[in-house]
Amino acid sequence: MDFYTVLWREMVVLRRTFYKFFASRLVSPLLYLVAFGWGLGRGLKMNGGNYLEFVVPGIIALSAMNTSFNAVGITLNMSRLYHKTLEEYLIAPISAGAFVLGEVLAGTVRGLLASLIILALAFLFGARLAVNGWFLLVVVLTCFLFAALGVVAAMTINSHEDMANFSTFVILPMSFLCGTFFSPDRLPGAVAYIIEALPLTHASYALRALARGGELLPLSLAVLAAYAVVLFLAGVAVVRKVR
Amino acid sequence: MIELRRLTKHYGNIVAVAGLDLEIKKGEIFALLGPNGAGKTTTIRMLTMLTRPTGGMALINGYDVTRDLDKVKKEIGVVPQHMNLDQELTARENLELHGRLHKIPAPERRKRTEELLNYVELQDRAGELVSRFSGGMKRRLMIARALMHSPQILFLDEPTVGLDPQTRRKIWDLIRRMNGEGMTVLLTTHYIEEAEVLCHRVGIMDKGKLIAIGTPGELKQKVGEVVVESFGGRDTGYKFFAGREDALAYARHLEGDVLIRESNLEDVFIELTGHKVGD
Repeated sequence: MDFYTVLWREMVVLRRTFYKFFASRLVSPLLYLVAFGWGLGRGLKMNGGNYLEFVVPGIIALSAMNTSFNAVGITLNMSRLYHKTLEEYLIAPISAGAFVLGEVLAGTVRGLLASLIILALAFLFGARLAVNGWFLLVVVLTCFLFAALGVVAAMTINSHEDMANFSTFVILPMSFLCGTFFSPDRLPGAVAYIIEALPLTHASYALRALARGGELLPLSLAVLAAYAVVLFLAGVAVVRKVR
Repeated sequence: MIELRRLTKHYGNIVAVAGLDLEIKKGEIFALLGPNGAGKTTTIRMLTMLTRPTGGMALINGYDVTRDLDKVKKEIGVVPQHMNLDQELTARENLELHGRLHKIPAPERRKRTEELLNYVELQDRAGELVSRFSGGMKRRLMIARALMHSPQILFLDEPTVGLDPQTRRKIWDLIRRMNGEGMTVLLTTHYIEEAEVLCHRVGIMDKGKLIAIGTPGELKQKVGEVVVESFGGRDTGYKFFAGREDALAYARHLEGDVLIRESNLEDVFIELTGHKVGD
């Protein structure tokens, strides 16, 4: 239950700063919805449906990614390099696995909350999506794997500046290219091939298929689960190595 | 009890700690004194398992710091040099978090939290975010946090650095009080006065090596208890004497201004290393 202590700390802070978190999580999805769903996409048809309903699962996927990655990555990187609060965990008798699980679950909670905010916003914008348990499971898996990526990045990148660079060169391109705003089959062959291997693409695919009519894509689900496991284990390994 | 045998740390070609042999007894306040970069913090980091030694070994109450990590963690409390409290939590929550991390059962954890807040006189500010605290309050809270799991040995890395003189004395009183209750204390400092008034024994470190060890009195005896400083020539001259008479006799032959005083650990340090602690 050591992971719960790590999670407990994060939840104390989340509860205390909830309104700030809530307001900040409204802004970028709202802008995406206005720009792409409502402004650009009005009257646009995509794969036989309206564009708003096409784009909302993509926005959920990218927000899940951004929120979970940043929640863990930026704060843990600061904790390790600047505040040095990480030492408090390193001198405590808890395992690397418990520490990473606590951090990753905390990131997952934040990512899931951000995704629910978008679902509510999208509903107000008139999007009609089918949300079931599988849909939520895919969101959770997406949050989990990007929170774990946050741990790996935070523990291996040695400056805040490079942390920002990682976001710019890895996270930002994924936000736009991984099936979030348009289907990657429109991209040139080699690029599309790389995009198909990235986790966010499968998050977008899986969420879109489920939202449209509850179709489950087993391959995408398996890819997400595999990324989640591998990144979690990588996170545990890098925390262990820090001593 | 802390035992260091040939404890060594290299960073590439740089030798931070060059084979320390040292024994610190139960109930002692021991200071590692030395300039910045002498290897004091690296030594503490190895003893608190934040840095892995390159060679040698260290035992804390008989447990090896490279192998029995969880056992060592129970025995020691750590107050690092940098302020690393959780700024987003209150004082009480910081202690609560530490208690949870060390698996103290809830009723005992709550009791101990309130006891320690009283002990360091922060009970009135317990519910406030740490980010609003002054330097002295933060330092006291860090000490309380390190005591949460009732360790037997306390490590303090530069415990009074950056604090005003009054606050510094308050921290010293706190360290003496804990020691009076049976706590073994290992601290590092580059303040001569701190080592001199607070500690039973002092180890002087320079360039990764322990160059002298003993009580402040023994160390001063070693170089001579009386020092004559002369300001007549181009440089300040230092000469050490075992007694006052010898010093006076010598001083009579000097020209210019002369100062005769008791020697202190700074003199010991300069005599042994050829440079000042601050250099």
